[in-house]
Amino acid sequence: MAELLVWPVLIAYGEATVAYAGELRGPGRYGRFGIWGVRIGWLAQTALLVVQALSAEGFPWGTWAGALNLLSWLVVSAYLVWGCQPRYRLVGLGVMPVAAGLLVLAWAGGGTGVDEAAGDGWAPAVHAGLMLAGFASFTLAAATALLYLYEDRRLTRRDTGLLRLRLPSLEGLERLSVRAAYAGLALLSGGIVAGLAWLDVDGLDAAMSVTVAIWVFYGLALLLRREAGLQGRRLAWALVAGAVLVAVVLPLTHFAS
Amino acid sequence: MRLALAGVSHHRAPLELRERVAVDIATAGALARELSSRHGGEYETVVLSTCNRTELYLAADDEESLAEHADRALLSLAGPAAETLAPVAYRLADESAALHLFRVAAGLDSMVPGEGEILGQVREAFEAGAPGPLLDRVFRMALHAGRRARVETAIGESPASIPAAAAALAQQVFDRLDGRRVVLVGAGRMSELTARNLRSRGAAVTVVLNRTLERAQSLATELGARAASLEELAGSLADADVVVASTSAPGLILSADELAATVRARRGRPLLLVDLAVPRDVDPAFAAIDGCFVYDLDDLEGIVSASLAGRRSEAIEAERIVGEEAERFRAWQASLAVVPAIASLRARAEEIRAAELARMEARLGRLPESDREAVDTVTAQIVNKLLHLPTVRMKEAAVTPDGVLYADVVRHLFGLGEESEA
Repeated sequence: MAELLVWPVLIAYGEATVAYAGELRGPGRYGRFGIWGVRIGWLAQTALLVVQALSAEGFPWGTWAGALNLLSWLVVSAYLVWGCQPRYRLVGLGVMPVAAGLLVLAWAGGGTGVDEAAGDGWAPAVHAGLMLAGFASFTLAAATALLYLYEDRRLTRRDTGLLRLRLPSLEGLERLSVRAAYAGLALLSGGIVAGLAWLDVDGLDAAMSVTVAIWVFYGLALLLRREAGLQGRRLAWALVAGAVLVAVVLPLTHFAS
Repeated sequence: MRLALAGVSHHRAPLELRERVAVDIATAGALARELSSRHGGEYETVVLSTCNRTELYLAADDEESLAEHADRALLSLAGPAAETLAPVAYRLADESAALHLFRVAAGLDSMVPGEGEILGQVREAFEAGAPGPLLDRVFRMALHAGRRARVETAIGESPASIPAAAAALAQQVFDRLDGRRVVLVGAGRMSELTARNLRSRGAAVTVVLNRTLERAQSLATELGARAASLEELAGSLADADVVVASTSAPGLILSADELAATVRARRGRPLLLVDLAVPRDVDPAFAAIDGCFVYDLDDLEGIVSASLAGRRSEAIEAERIVGEEAERFRAWQASLAVVPAIASLRARAEEIRAAELARMEARLGRLPESDREAVDTVTAQIVNKLLHLPTVRMKEAAVTPDGVLYADVVRHLFGLGEESEA
């Protein structure tokens, strides 16, 4: 049952990705199809997660593939908060390929099936849930930052089609990515505190070190923005670099064993 | 009812002719009322006069000379130039006139497709005129078509002039322009227009810099800004969001060699430099600085051209919408042709019902009041139910080419109008 639900999700997310790409060619025509793809895909993925949750004994997304599945859902959920507004719809250009890619990886790694023996209590679930929600926010921040860099490039290159395909304004994109990064930092902080409070922590392992490094990285970026005026392209690159750090280093340290 | 239109527009009449017949909204309203009262109030009249057109819309009951009256009224506006005007004026009637008005309201007949002002001008003309049942319907449908074209397509979204493009670019960088600081370098006409456009979107012009302070002063006063000499340029850049330059200086006024350090000190805070001067005032090298965007006249013209191309492609969709509305108007107007037959049929049925009730009065009179009322209601309901379907079918058939035949057949079958002839 759970595996069957993966396909409508992938098809809907794929359709949304294609529709947003089509928006580049014919502004105003395909965006609406895109957002409906996102909504339908999100509903199907929610159903998938519910089936997984009901079928498993505990937290069903403890594996790296399961975590990617949940992360993908959280990324799309975070996007839907803003993405339904026409002005921010095209943020989906950056978000949906990432979400679809995460889901494909999750599916390939078996994270979309049902593991009845999974999980061991609510404490790890809260910890992992908060951590993944934080990473989802960082992913959204990075996707928005990528869109910022694209728009910045168009403005710098004086693209004549700039006002035909209207992306959100540069400042709007920066504001959105910074908010997402703040939300990510808060959720990650909550996840770390939950982990320290409820789990048996025996020294600082590689995964914890990397998590703390990520927390410091984002904290520093946001602090520099506030105190030293880090903004524009440099901030956007920093947010993208942060997401790359999360995407590359964290799975290696968390799931290598 | 018939509808007639006589008008001149930018398509065929040059400005010298258009200005002869152009009138302001108060005069247009007075003229419409005067034309209406001249014909004993039987003529419905609306006069639409904008920069690009002057059009007279007249409607009346089966008036053969309606078009002639419209034409004569238009030419009389031109005075001695009437003879020159006559060959370039256009005359349209009924559906063609309505379709033309729908296209006008949607901005499809404008010089710049989808321009925003025409819809308001059509509304003003309608409100100031002397419309009756037909013109009321036509103008309301035109306004609806205009609104639909703007809401359902992007025909009016992109900028159609260089000042509008500059202001739209500023919004693309800063989102809302409320409280954004604009610095004008040079007090030329183009920078003034751009400044006004930016102000209309919420930005504030803080300073007007010019070589001659007197000229800067008058523009600064108009824009609510401060006037200063060009020596203050570097200081003004530090907290500016948009700089609009349009001096007639032979060389660069904003040189990257001299001012790059000031701009870099902004640490990536966006700065939009709009260069409207030829030769250019702004060093293109500024574009290499993080957060600094430089647009010259060619760039802005390129954006306007792309926007206009976009508007033209949106116009195809807007034409479809206008076509739909024209079809609705045609259906409504066609239904008017069968209205007399329907009214006669209903009157005839009611006449028979009333006569039959009267004939039975001697027997019905013995019934209690409530029973008599019940008989009256039941017979009325029977008549209504019997006539409902034929009424709907006649209205539906009215839009088909042989729709009038249905009305004739009904008249013949029920002998409508025969009594009055007798």
